[in-house]
Amino acid sequence: MVVGEMVQEVELAVIGGGPGGYTAALRAAELGIKTLLIDAAPKPGGVCLHMGCIPSKALLHAAEVIHSSKSAEKIGISFGPAKIDIDALRTWKTGVIDKLSQGIVGMCKSAGVEILHGKATFQDSRSVRVDCPGESAMRIKFKHCILATGSRPVKLPKLFKNEEDINSDKILDSTSALNLADIPKKLIVIGGGYIGLELGTVYAALGSEVTVVEMTDGLLPGADRDLVRPLANKLGEQFKAIHLNTKVNNISVTKSGVEIEVTGKDVPEKLTADKVLISVGRRPNSDGIGLEATQVEIDQFGFVLSDETCRTKDKRIFSIGDISGQPMLAHRAIRQAYVAAEVLAGKPSAYDNRCVPAVVFTEPEVAWCGLTETEAKAKNISFSTAKFPWSASGRAMTIADTNGTTKVLFAPNTTLVLGVGIVGPRAGDLISEAVVAIEMGAVLEDLAVAIHPHPTLSETVNEAAMSALSRLDRQAKKDSEKQISST
Amino acid sequence: MTVEFKLPDLGEGIHEAEIIAVKVKEGEMVKEDQIIFEVETDKAVVEIPSPYAGAVAKIHVAQGQTVKVGCVMIGYDIASKGQTQAPAAAAAAPAVAPVKQAVTAGNNGATAQAPAHPAAQATTKVLTGPVPATPATRRLARELGVDLHQVNASGPAGRVLKEDVMAYAAGSLESRIQPSATASSTTSSTPSSISSKPAAPTSMKDKYGGSSADASPLTGMGGMNAGPVEYPDFAKFGDVERLPLKSIRRKIAMNMTQAWTHIPHVTHFDEANVTELSSLVTKYEKEFAARSGDNKVRPTLTVFTIKALASALKLYPQFNSSLDENTGEIVIKHYYNIGVAVATDRGLIVPVIKNVDQKSFYDIAVELADIAAKTRAGKIELERLQGGTFTLTNIGAIGGTSMSPMVNFPEAAILGMARASQKPIVKDGQIAIGTILPLAMSFDHRLADGAEAAYFVQHVVKLLEDPFKFVLEA
Repeated sequence: MVVGEMVQEVELAVIGGGPGGYTAALRAAELGIKTLLIDAAPKPGGVCLHMGCIPSKALLHAAEVIHSSKSAEKIGISFGPAKIDIDALRTWKTGVIDKLSQGIVGMCKSAGVEILHGKATFQDSRSVRVDCPGESAMRIKFKHCILATGSRPVKLPKLFKNEEDINSDKILDSTSALNLADIPKKLIVIGGGYIGLELGTVYAALGSEVTVVEMTDGLLPGADRDLVRPLANKLGEQFKAIHLNTKVNNISVTKSGVEIEVTGKDVPEKLTADKVLISVGRRPNSDGIGLEATQVEIDQFGFVLSDETCRTKDKRIFSIGDISGQPMLAHRAIRQAYVAAEVLAGKPSAYDNRCVPAVVFTEPEVAWCGLTETEAKAKNISFSTAKFPWSASGRAMTIADTNGTTKVLFAPNTTLVLGVGIVGPRAGDLISEAVVAIEMGAVLEDLAVAIHPHPTLSETVNEAAMSALSRLDRQAKKDSEKQISST
Repeated sequence: MTVEFKLPDLGEGIHEAEIIAVKVKEGEMVKEDQIIFEVETDKAVVEIPSPYAGAVAKIHVAQGQTVKVGCVMIGYDIASKGQTQAPAAAAAAPAVAPVKQAVTAGNNGATAQAPAHPAAQATTKVLTGPVPATPATRRLARELGVDLHQVNASGPAGRVLKEDVMAYAAGSLESRIQPSATASSTTSSTPSSISSKPAAPTSMKDKYGGSSADASPLTGMGGMNAGPVEYPDFAKFGDVERLPLKSIRRKIAMNMTQAWTHIPHVTHFDEANVTELSSLVTKYEKEFAARSGDNKVRPTLTVFTIKALASALKLYPQFNSSLDENTGEIVIKHYYNIGVAVATDRGLIVPVIKNVDQKSFYDIAVELADIAAKTRAGKIELERLQGGTFTLTNIGAIGGTSMSPMVNFPEAAILGMARASQKPIVKDGQIAIGTILPLAMSFDHRLADGAEAAYFVQHVVKLLEDPFKFVLEA
């Protein structure tokens, strides 16, 4: 121990100030546990608030306004080309973040959660050293700890010549892309997952010429193809090009911009742009925090292993959010935060949720929860589907956007709702009904009988369920006729 | 048209199964749902029904073979009858054809009881994925330690409701503290005891309910000898009826097997001359009842025995302990909670009288009357069914000269009382008439030896034989 090191003892130390971390701290405090929130970032909120969900959605809102003003021409209203003040946009976005961050600080204060700004490193299973910038290190002894250190973008160092290129401001990751330093004329997005497509949408709307390079044979790997198709069509209009089945061999930073060499079908060997955004995934922040000094175990991908109560292999330490596994989404972290805090308070809580909704905030939005067709086929799970095309939705027509589909996956023998996928405007808002249905163990009839307000897009869920039921009715009728005729 | 039938998914974590029997022959016409195979997994023997109707074109597997999930087992020629009645689902994905038998051990048939839709009239169970239940129900199940897979679902599509979980929890709790298969009544041995109405002969079917279609094999409880047992064809010798082993009866069966396989039982027999105590009981009976204002509150032999046990357990704490096999530790309890077996219409239930060492004879008599009445009425509170450290069972009201009760796992011992009756005794060299109470204590021989058991029961006997000593000791 360093002489003069300050020692503080707490019941619970929460490491990481993202949505998982601050929620866990607030819930624990509410349940009467003396809690300290340790965050390496100067302001709480984590990736979600500062480098992810919130800033990207603010900028996507800007993109939507731009697109709406353009597509308004179709219904007889024209505004002329949009004039974009990038500084004002950035200021507005930063204001949103600051306000929310102050909100978290305020909530912690009123709940009695102390926030310590510094980087935590485990000394053993009962304590961490916290290096506070500009101050002497502190030693925090805890009874329990909740790990919520999150994740960071994957870098591709092997594709670069040198360190300098990797750190060049012409190479963006999701964090720097959201800082919105400028609007590059030409932008290459490496990776056609949700982060690449959302940020590609923002930059395309703000005037960049966007090219997407994706290694697999489709955008949004893992999502059902029929949900991706309407989005791919729309992105085809917004982006300059989408190269699928294309592998990036190297990336070199030149004086004028960035040059990448690729291999793929019908793709030039070299692509150039002013900037390149690398969005090929995220990795958990389980390294460099001294977990070796504890009993915590991590898997081959760096995720911390934990059980249904979020407890790691070290009984004093819990893990929630991105560090604990896929899907790396804020709302999963928030639910786990509740579970971990409640388990610590002796409540019979468990992370036994049946589904985690996924939402891609592109135009149109894609959202799904529960079983997907892709997963069902891979795991050989028997299912039936019911689809409702938005071209038949009155509400979709009145917003002049019928480019959407609602799909329900159900168990053939019981009609239990297994999964729902939606593509179309506001799909992310519509998916919540499906999440509740799956959590409650709803059957098709539940979705069909419940009255949905008219005219809304939520009716498409209702309609899909009703169409499946009438199909089953016809089938049953046919079967019984067959039986009669054969006897 | 030829269709292949593959070994379906038999449940979580089961990847292969051994074929125990092939029930059809090549060329045979098979009806939908007809049993075509019997297979054994590491969890259970499972009957596999045919998802199709048609002729068996080819059987790809043989008895004794171990097959993996997804392995082609049978080729059907379903065009040969010109019709298929296969459910759309099974036809679309035969590899996940429904399996009639529930797979997990102890699953008493969580079938979809109320099909939500005509097309959903399946007697089958979705074996993959979690049990449908709302988050609030799941939380309740966790709180009560209930595995949702074990619960009979009454909602649509096999949805488990809150009520289902509570019913299951109550049932399993009752049978978890079930002490003795031999004890069938719990009334006191004196005529002044709390007597339960004699068990009216009821049909086995009424008692257990259900049809054998709900039955599932009883496995995962046989210790080393787990595995299928061969039975003769009972029906060969006359009419038989097959009923599913369900709910409380099933739990009792499993718990008894657990007690019997984990605890090396030894039973020690003795008898107490309760002549003096009995006459005092008769003398003060009315006074006792008058004090409480309830004529069910009586100074029965059960009351005195409970009090005697408290004294004996303090002297011989090994009988107030449990052996924790997981940690290899003896858990000595410093509280004295006596479970008293009570016969009810639903089966034997063991409410617990807590901290008997701190209660007076009168307090215990009042509490005993209360729990007996409440238990019979099915109104006993859950917390009064937990926390027992030693069990007392009394078949005196029915009769019997003695018994060999089974220890209420994970306790260390159980004391059985048979009927106290008048017998000739030798007193001062003369034959006299005395009241003799036969006692039998079964105990876990890992925790105590025969001599200790003999001393323990001797102590109880001494107190029951000498009321004055009782007053001094208790």
